[in-house]
Amino acid sequence: MTTMTAQTTQVYAVFIKATPEQVWEAITTPDFTEKYFFGSRVTVTPAAYRGLNGEGADLVVGEVFEHDPPRRLAHSWRALYDPATAAEDASRVTWELEPQDGGVTKLTVVHDRLEGAPATAESVAGGWSYVLSGLKTLLETGQPLVG
Amino acid sequence: MDDDDRVFKALADPTRRHLLDRLHERDGRTLTELESELAMTRFGVMKHLRVLEDAGVVTTRRSGREKLHFLNPVPIRLIHDRWIDKYTERRVAALADLKQELEESA
Repeated sequence: MTTMTAQTTQVYAVFIKATPEQVWEAITTPDFTEKYFFGSRVTVTPAAYRGLNGEGADLVVGEVFEHDPPRRLAHSWRALYDPATAAEDASRVTWELEPQDGGVTKLTVVHDRLEGAPATAESVAGGWSYVLSGLKTLLETGQPLVG
Repeated sequence: MDDDDRVFKALADPTRRHLLDRLHERDGRTLTELESELAMTRFGVMKHLRVLEDAGVVTTRRSGREKLHFLNPVPIRLIHDRWIDKYTERRVAALADLKQELEESA
């Protein structure tokens, strides 16, 4: 997505035919995340959020503020994959998982506090849609998106 | 109506596309702000926003007493991944076949 000035609060939502437990596992387990999150292996503890590339180098690091499986996860976000984003202030990512009727979970990702991170805001503006579309496809079909 | 139907329906209206463009320009707006940029009654804007929300392309968050509207591009991305990718892939393949055929017969 090409935006002149990327938004400092970005909200993304997707309905996934899966339980909150399954969605939680898919966003916190490295074997899952590498299939839809630009290949990054994400680990989440009650203290830290980390996304590593295949060689084990940090792509994204964050401090976990809220860890309430399978309902809510909030952490800071520093993108180290690019020198421009790595030099910026940390932003914040909040994952909200809400069970709906019919075995569906509404997943909302809010990426905010981006005021001190314009390059990060620009970088993630197109990325989150791709990631969440891939996550939904993976959970509903068992297959990662191709291409 | 399934999810894709709702998204196509939401996009099949110039006013609703205009609202999405306004949100793309600046996100997290109130109804009052959006209304001020359209030559339309508050009720009319609300009706269009409702269709956009039902399709999931607009999502709302409460901030104090205000209800803020955000563009949610994920359903459009899903349509892109589900439909557009598939057809462009074929079109590229068809053009490649055509090129090969023309070159062979030349």
